[in-house]
Amino acid sequence: MSMNNQGRPSAPAETAITSERATFTGNKALAMEEPLLFEIGRMDVCGVDLDEAEDFAPALGSHARKAVPDLPALTEPETMRHYVRLSSKNYAIDAGLYPLGSCTMKHNPRLNEKMARLPGFGDVHPLQPLSTVTGAVELIAELAHWLVTMTGMSAVAMSPKAGAHGELCGMMAIKAAHQAAGRDPKIVLVPESAHGTNPATAALLGYKVVSIEAREDGTVDPAAVKARIKEHEGDIAGIMLTNPNTCGLFERDIIAIAEAIHAADGYFYCDGANFNAIVGKARPGDLGVDAMHINLHKTFSTPHGGGGPGAGPVVLSERLAPFAPLPFLRKGEGGIEWVETDAELKDGEQPFGRMTAFHGQMGMYVRALAYMKSHGADGLKQASEDAVLNANYVRVGLQDLMSLPFGQRWCMHEVLFDDSFLKDTGVTTLDFAKAMIDEGYHPMTMYFPLVVHGAMLIEPTESESRSSLDLFIATMRDLVLSAQKGETDRFKGAPFHAPRGRLDETRAARNPVLKWERPAAQAVQPQAAE
Amino acid sequence: MRYLPLSDTDRADMLARVGISDVDEIFVDIPKSARIDGLLDLPRRQSEFAVERDLSRMAGKNVAASSVPFFVGAGAYKHHVPASVDHLIQRSEFLTSYTPYQPEVTQGTLQYLFEFQTQVAALTGMEVANASMYDGSTGTAEAVLMAHRVTRRNKAVLSGGLHPQYRQVVEGLSSMAGDRVEALPADPAGTEDILAAIDDETSCVVVQSPSFYGQLIDLKPIAEKAHAHGALLIAVFTEVVSLGLIEAPGEQGADIVVGEGQSIGNGLNFGGPYVGLFATRQKFIRQMPGRLCGETVDANGKRGFVLTLSTREQHIRRDKATSNICTNSGLCCLAFTIHMTLLGGNGLAKLARINHANAVKLKGALEGVAGVKVLNDAFFNEFTVKLPKPAAEVVEALAEKGVLGGVPVSRLEPGQAELADLLLVASSEVNSDEDRAAFVAALKEVLA
Repeated sequence: MSMNNQGRPSAPAETAITSERATFTGNKALAMEEPLLFEIGRMDVCGVDLDEAEDFAPALGSHARKAVPDLPALTEPETMRHYVRLSSKNYAIDAGLYPLGSCTMKHNPRLNEKMARLPGFGDVHPLQPLSTVTGAVELIAELAHWLVTMTGMSAVAMSPKAGAHGELCGMMAIKAAHQAAGRDPKIVLVPESAHGTNPATAALLGYKVVSIEAREDGTVDPAAVKARIKEHEGDIAGIMLTNPNTCGLFERDIIAIAEAIHAADGYFYCDGANFNAIVGKARPGDLGVDAMHINLHKTFSTPHGGGGPGAGPVVLSERLAPFAPLPFLRKGEGGIEWVETDAELKDGEQPFGRMTAFHGQMGMYVRALAYMKSHGADGLKQASEDAVLNANYVRVGLQDLMSLPFGQRWCMHEVLFDDSFLKDTGVTTLDFAKAMIDEGYHPMTMYFPLVVHGAMLIEPTESESRSSLDLFIATMRDLVLSAQKGETDRFKGAPFHAPRGRLDETRAARNPVLKWERPAAQAVQPQAAE
Repeated sequence: MRYLPLSDTDRADMLARVGISDVDEIFVDIPKSARIDGLLDLPRRQSEFAVERDLSRMAGKNVAASSVPFFVGAGAYKHHVPASVDHLIQRSEFLTSYTPYQPEVTQGTLQYLFEFQTQVAALTGMEVANASMYDGSTGTAEAVLMAHRVTRRNKAVLSGGLHPQYRQVVEGLSSMAGDRVEALPADPAGTEDILAAIDDETSCVVVQSPSFYGQLIDLKPIAEKAHAHGALLIAVFTEVVSLGLIEAPGEQGADIVVGEGQSIGNGLNFGGPYVGLFATRQKFIRQMPGRLCGETVDANGKRGFVLTLSTREQHIRRDKATSNICTNSGLCCLAFTIHMTLLGGNGLAKLARINHANAVKLKGALEGVAGVKVLNDAFFNEFTVKLPKPAAEVVEALAEKGVLGGVPVSRLEPGQAELADLLLVASSEVNSDEDRAAFVAALKEVLA
């Protein structure tokens, strides 16, 4: 007897099935609903086989836990299903174009994952004897060499754990340098278009943030910087500037800005979030930068993993190098030395402290170095060129329909539109973004940078093919024309085909529910710990 | 280049489309003096095989924890992670996704963050937890800043049992932020009088239990005194498995509980990436740093999850934000959550008992070595031993014999003669009778 239906008709008599039709389970074939693990887990199962600990006299004093944590478990097959089903509700770069400006969603090579999991990298302890981790120190030293060579800087602080942590590290080095010189300036200049982390970082360190407005063309005017310096003469700690900036533009007067800030005894912090646009094309050290963090996850493709972990090493100029935090690498007589404590310092080394326990994000270092070696000097330069070419290709493909806030200018690796093309259509920026979801795209970055009304920041990255860009451009054009024709049904209430419809964010903030609570009807007696 | 999809034909066509012949014309805004002619002085591209061979060579120079009898802890712990955990976190939909800013297509990430927050709150005995920090040490520094916001005071008291590198991270950030820190001297046996350090200017008391030296600390009297003076108790842990067996810090009166979650689901990774756990009381949620995931409903009334309370954060509040953090350890959270899902509360308790039992056995074994004295009476899976000679030398000699036998306290607290003979040893479920026997035999030889 045949177990399949080969040769038999499979088309339903009526084909008017829509995705809105309800099912008993809430599932829609391969799109499955998934409860919280707490709703399907049980206290009497375990997904790990563990032996009973027997024949010993506990030495816990009076500290024993009276009841086991009230957390149900799933067995291994149930766990697989639970998380595989959850994964199917996520957009990912491996599934489609992810044009999030300022976030740089590019291909994450699996070779890098494989390398980071080698036991010699993934299974070594940060405090085992240094004689047993010489390969790990060699890897960090080699990565550091690539970073200072690419940026034209003197030193690098490897340990910051994310971009914003790197900002903090760079600004702490700047503060330490001022303190060492007996100064205590209070002002940090930050352009309006900066990432929110910039002013937050400066404020965290007790600085007063003074904003600098952008000029008509979306870049910072050195005259505006000089005017602010004059207003706060003698009190300038430094400037935090993003370059290429968040409008997708290269700050063409950056050298004049650097000179102005240096003349005022300040330091130039460059937010390096967009370094991927210029690797192999220009070195920040040649532009007058004193400190810059490098988002390894953005420029060197370590995966974002749903929000992290990242890694944010900070390159430093010669003036700031002595203040790099512990631990750091030093060229010694016997090769590279790993300096962990104040007790090992030599003359001139004045680290401001430590950013984190241990050495930073080793797992990310391995991935980033594998990526760099795979590209090489030639491939990294090509990647930057392709990234900017792709962004300009998108710009040219959409500029007649969407609106460019700063006119016809070359953009770097991302292109910024505003929402004036939606004026009087009844479609909001948010509606437009959510309609993109129905077309199978992750929306671009919205409402940022703040200097532009209804900003839409698109970053295709170098890992997009021409055909994927063509399809994206065609889709965006269809959406724009549809909005302008008044087809608001497509937009209002979108997305219609996502795992969830629009979510009520106001309700979540007004009445925060941040964890699952066991319903009173299911109350269980706390299980005594043995 | 295998990662770049554009062909030379594509590039030529696309350049024509944008109206130029040379891509360098796009970079016209870069000042000429700073443009790179030619290539950076770095190696050319390598094949996948060549990169693999090169990095494998470096990895091969390191001694992996699983390859030897291994007793190293001091804030990072070797545990067995079920194979399903690493398999699941490598699914593309988790690995290559971004921060869940578009909740309709990121419910996978958001739901596991909600599950993570629930697990962390239950383990720590607190009302709410965030979606993680970079690691335990940076989380501790953020907890101190948070206590300063809550109490409007700026003097933190750090216990002598706090991990020395955690202390340095707190001191560095606090001093730069203009705050004051009083750090008590190193306290291997857990006998310090921290109560005496609390006064009406104290914003918070930071106490680690099990301490850096392995000693379990009774948090209740510290919480009482802190609260009597209007200060907060920040309870720190570096070994989250201990919470399967030890009374939750929240039950003992802690106001903020912060610690390292690496032990559940995450590998050693030479120090990172790790995952910081951060929990507190409901009334402080608007002062809590980091990301939060909250439950809500969608337009059809179905349950869903979103990032919430973002008005505390840097992208809204900029220079008024609670912190500058704009990320969490998403993938490490996921690993933690999957491993915790497999364990459940009972499994964690059982795992913790095995850890403790192995530590008790190790204590007995080491006390059988002449001249070795264990300093702690109440501990979990780590304790401090006093040796008859400098611990740094002993550890090196043990390594030469193929045993990674702990961390000399002097590596983290150099220059203090009274600490030079102290060795931290940690044990976990991965240690066998053979491992302990090898450790004892090697130690006897080294001390002979």
